[in-house]
Amino acid sequence: MTKVSLELGSGGRLMRDFISEKVVRLFKNPILSELHDAAHLPGGLALTTDSYTVDPLFFPGGDIGSLCINGTVNDLVVSGARPAYLTLSLIIEEGFELEQLEKILQSIKKTARKNSVEIVTGDTKVVPQGQGGKIYINTAGVGRLLGRPQPRKIKPGDKIIVTGEVGEHGLAIMLSRNNFPLVSGVKSDCAPLLFLLPLWRQGVLWMRDITRGGLATVLAELAQTISYPLLVEEDKIPYSTRLQGAVEILGIDPLYLACEGRAVIVVPGRKAELILNRLRSNPQGRKAAIIGEVQTKTGQPGETLLKTSTGGLRLLEPLTSELLPRIC
Amino acid sequence: MTGPVFHRTPFSDWRTRETTDHLLRAIETETRHLPAALKLMEVCGTHTMVLHRSGLKPQLRAAGIELISGPGCPVCITPDYYHEAIIDLLTARDDIIVCTFGDLTRVPTRKGSLQTVVPQPGSRLKIVYSPEEAIKEAWSQPDKQVIFFGAGFETTIPGIAFTVKTASELNLKNYSLLTAFWLIPPALRAIIESGELAINGFIYPGHVSVIIGEKPYAFIAEKYHLPGAISGFEPADILLGVLSVVRQIRSGKPRVANEYQRVVKPQGNPQALALMEKYLSKTAADWRGLGIIPDSGLKLKPDYSAFDALKKFSLKLKPGQTGKTACRCGEVLKGLIGPGDCPLFGRQCWPDSPQGPCMVSYEGACLVEYKFSGAKHHD
Repeated sequence: MTKVSLELGSGGRLMRDFISEKVVRLFKNPILSELHDAAHLPGGLALTTDSYTVDPLFFPGGDIGSLCINGTVNDLVVSGARPAYLTLSLIIEEGFELEQLEKILQSIKKTARKNSVEIVTGDTKVVPQGQGGKIYINTAGVGRLLGRPQPRKIKPGDKIIVTGEVGEHGLAIMLSRNNFPLVSGVKSDCAPLLFLLPLWRQGVLWMRDITRGGLATVLAELAQTISYPLLVEEDKIPYSTRLQGAVEILGIDPLYLACEGRAVIVVPGRKAELILNRLRSNPQGRKAAIIGEVQTKTGQPGETLLKTSTGGLRLLEPLTSELLPRIC
Repeated sequence: MTGPVFHRTPFSDWRTRETTDHLLRAIETETRHLPAALKLMEVCGTHTMVLHRSGLKPQLRAAGIELISGPGCPVCITPDYYHEAIIDLLTARDDIIVCTFGDLTRVPTRKGSLQTVVPQPGSRLKIVYSPEEAIKEAWSQPDKQVIFFGAGFETTIPGIAFTVKTASELNLKNYSLLTAFWLIPPALRAIIESGELAINGFIYPGHVSVIIGEKPYAFIAEKYHLPGAISGFEPADILLGVLSVVRQIRSGKPRVANEYQRVVKPQGNPQALALMEKYLSKTAADWRGLGIIPDSGLKLKPDYSAFDALKKFSLKLKPGQTGKTACRCGEVLKGLIGPGDCPLFGRQCWPDSPQGPCMVSYEGACLVEYKFSGAKHHD
């Protein structure tokens, strides 16, 4: 490969290889090597950054404004930190409608308030027409650590919980991007995950928000960092009925659809029911479910296996390339 | 494990463990009396996907059934030179909009893929979900030449042929088709006659059969004495198809069973067939892996040559220039080898940097195998 292709940014294998071989190796230091969603800094602080380039800018259930706050907030939450301060950088293409820009800023304000975070510094750049995609936003966030992900403590018998119905964000974006003549009622699940913060004090071992690559990719990557295989049950994974209808028509595997307000949590087996009930008592966690466990009976270390509804076993690989609707 | 079951669709009962176990037991009861495992070909790429996605393949193997993927993936069997002709056009002219299906854009050729090619300013590629969108594009952009690059079987052909009807009615002068149309029954005949593969029966493609019905497969039972069943796409549908084929083998009475009667009528879809008949005529076609098969393709009739991109832009399809790597897609398509037998699979050929079309298409045997069974199992 001599030139950067879109695949490099699609969250698949090429991107993972690029990050580990070209980025992490070059800047090698103990904090970066942890590869959490946020860096754990000395003094009990966590720091993260993310850039948002969503198309379309406005979609059912959210917009780039709510996304750029929730996304960064969620990266802090799943790294064990209570989000406090955010930065906001706008890269705007010449000719972008001011009215839309204001709408996005209002959405940012509303979402930041909802998350109790303050935007404390920022930057604005305008690039000539044709050199940018309307608007790109970067946010960085700092938060105070309440807990720490402990992937090394994960052991057989620990349970895997997903905090709500998965795949809605990815599907909502795909439907509105391609202008599908399909009325599905699917809305992005874009939402803050602040309600998960108290769980850090209740024995949670690991969390990750489900973003690009979907549930399958989060699980597959988790399996590769621990010494035991994961087994999840297809029947236990919460999907909305709306989503199930639409993915059947489009021929898309919902396990690979992105979310923006859902997380995977690993908890010790004996605490699983208690934590599940806590989650379900929150309106955002009503559909939370235990979907599987860390185990030793089936599969090899590093593997994630899916017990299908029909009783078969299937290997879950991380996302390898972008999802496109199929021919027939 | 606790937690309510959310996973319910109108088809949920077709996917339960109970249904699957019941059907697998029924299959095993039949195969128990047979001396060796049966080799059946699932012709359709969507069947391949369902088999892997549901984890049915190893379960069927345990029940004495080996399923081999057939040539039923339109992206896979379309030779590179179709893509190269389109790439040439996009890089030579500044007024071209090529509309096509998503999968087709990623097929690697000597000239790159439709996704990596940099068109002349003014020309571009547009991924569409329905051929109708190409008509809309032509209607709204009269100063551009819109070409729909359509590869497909009987399933998609009528929908694409319909755009010729619409384009004639709207008197669109800037719309044309590059067709890579393939017919399933002649390809099955070629596979059987080649004698390279000992197949005991076929799982016929459900979507194709919705259009063509049951009769076009009759020669397979009558002339070649091979059983077959038309199947739908739920795991239980495929198992019902397998069960039917196994029973035909045991009874020694091969036929064309229709296990997808809720959708497939014996006579197919007469309107769709009439559309194909009106606008298209049979021609010899060059299938990747299978070579040239007589009467296995369709082309626009001379009356509609105004909509034929080949004629309109004097495109040259140049066969015989493909096969640039050690890629063995051809043999995979014939069912001669499995994806894991190809030296490139999972080593130099991945879904994100495919070397051949079987790793591109969502129905491609290699991509399906990679995604659902993992490459590491083949190291």
